[in-house]
Amino acid sequence: MLAVTDIAKRFGTVRAVDGVTLNVAQGQVLAIVGESGCGKSTLGRLALRLIEPDRGTIHFQGEDLGKLSPRALRARRRDMQLIFQDPFGSLDPRMTVEQAVAEPLILHNIVPRAQVRDRVADMLTRVGLRPELATRWPHEFSGGQRQRIAIARALASGPKLVIGDEPVSALDVSVQAQVVNLLQDLIRDLGLTFILISHDLGVVRHIADRVAVMYLGRIVEEGSTAAIFTAPRHPYTRALLAAVPGQGGAAAPLEGDVPSPSNPPPGCHFHTRCRFAQLRCRVESPALEAGVACHFADSLPPPAAMAEAEPGGARLAQLQSFFKEARP
Amino acid sequence: MVLAIDDLTVEFATDRGTLRAVDGVSLAVASGKTLAVVGESGSGKSVTALATMGLLPGSARIGGRIVLDGEPLTPERQRALRGGAMAMIFQEPMTSLNPAFTAGEQVAEALRIHRNLPPRAAFDAAIAMLERVRIPDAARRARQYPHQFSGGMRQRVMIAIALACAPRLLLADEPTTALDVTVQAQILALLDTLKRETGTAVVLITHDLGVVADHADDVAVMYAGRVVERAPAARLFAQPEHPYTVGLLGAVPKLAGGAGRLASIAGTVPDMRNPPAGCRFAPRCPFAISRCIAEQPPLIPITADHATACWRAPLSQILEAA
Repeated sequence: MLAVTDIAKRFGTVRAVDGVTLNVAQGQVLAIVGESGCGKSTLGRLALRLIEPDRGTIHFQGEDLGKLSPRALRARRRDMQLIFQDPFGSLDPRMTVEQAVAEPLILHNIVPRAQVRDRVADMLTRVGLRPELATRWPHEFSGGQRQRIAIARALASGPKLVIGDEPVSALDVSVQAQVVNLLQDLIRDLGLTFILISHDLGVVRHIADRVAVMYLGRIVEEGSTAAIFTAPRHPYTRALLAAVPGQGGAAAPLEGDVPSPSNPPPGCHFHTRCRFAQLRCRVESPALEAGVACHFADSLPPPAAMAEAEPGGARLAQLQSFFKEARP
Repeated sequence: MVLAIDDLTVEFATDRGTLRAVDGVSLAVASGKTLAVVGESGSGKSVTALATMGLLPGSARIGGRIVLDGEPLTPERQRALRGGAMAMIFQEPMTSLNPAFTAGEQVAEALRIHRNLPPRAAFDAAIAMLERVRIPDAARRARQYPHQFSGGMRQRVMIAIALACAPRLLLADEPTTALDVTVQAQILALLDTLKRETGTAVVLITHDLGVVADHADDVAVMYAGRVVERAPAARLFAQPEHPYTVGLLGAVPKLAGGAGRLASIAGTVPDMRNPPAGCRFAPRCPFAISRCIAEQPPLIPITADHATACWRAPLSQILEAA
């Protein structure tokens, strides 16, 4: 569905994305994870050609997006959509819900004018909102409802590829669970190819089929979700997983901050914080081979087992089963 | 107890009526212990902390009692103790640090005011404090301004200011929410170490149940302005007795994976200008019965240190009946 090859983008001195190659198969959910400044959001925007890369190519359904005329690219946008983190910033406060969801329908001539209203009502129902709400304004809704509206708008044109940039990060936990469930249903029901950009590894584990881990503009590890979470190979992936709270606080935290992306360390970008680093890591940048970019991936000690406890046991699971609402 | 809050209420007048943001909250924390206050936006957790510090706007109507080290906190006492015997750190260090003063000057200010140290001695003590929060090269960094620090380093400066005068009480309001996960782990480990060394009582306000599990001794779960459950942390995770806590624990996707759909709590939090008459969680609760809609449940002890505000507790009864 999507093939990104050796793509790079600089902003001034900041190397936001520094030679990334990535493939996403049809119907797959790929998560791009990493901490702030790792380039994951820039990569998402490059993949949709919302910003122009300095080098590299993007093929969408076999077509080179870089070779499309502005007009052809605009027409192609109906198939590629983006959902943003902030449901307060991404909806125009001067547009009603109906106008917001109808805009892509009209822009891309998806349905005849006379059918726009019905299609909007359809989309709202699909994201769990009552169609009567179509005449209301964004400020009348809670954060979770706004994110549902933003999802309805993104899906209105019937896209094949959707990128969610931290789509649930701004939401409270209980509302986040509703929207995670909704996204999962939509991905399955509509057969979407989905790229989830997220720093929340719990959400990633829950939704994604594959995971790419980024550090300072490069992918350091890529693999199936099960493999990344149960047998992480790159020292950074291991540190990232170990730092997620709720595992007993046993792991020693990674030292130091992420270095500035305008002046990344030479060699392997991670060597300044890596407890396994050797001389070679300081001079030679490791290539991403067999899913991992580490000179010593094969000789590292086995990763610590994840120690997330489930102290509530069967009683809690039974009580929680009452909270699982029926699918709309 | 270092801090004892008893039946705290906080009301704000809005143009659409009175909003009772905190409604009869009672909490206590002992020296060297961490009490986590968990809840979603609008639960009243931050307002409770701001009322304790005396940082609410003058228009807020505050009822109940807040006692620090056995003496009630009056507005005068709050002013005198703020930054000394009690301190607070916030989510976004950049908005609480003064951009016009160096990190060292800002730590030294607290020491000059509350410890009466002369400027030179205060600055030296500030450098020592920056070293204690593990800022590398502290003597040089003390002469730098907030914008020259990373997010994690700024939060360390905030912690150094808050802990400079060895406070009896530290209120930490989502102290690591704005930070990356690897930096969050460093900051929380640092807070634990400093608490052990100084015996400071910590109130940790957070929405992150993983943080609670790793760093809290006791937990108070807040919903719509009230404490709905209170227990030692291990007990709360092993045997939650309020349906909201049960739902919240199920709503967090697990790192270990599994379990298909997440437990999700239907609906949204109530409008606090017009809260439900009975239990405030009843409209979203799968276990609600008619009594829950009619009558507000008080926070009742189930064991010596575990209390829940639910007419249907203990919840095992529901499973036995089903």
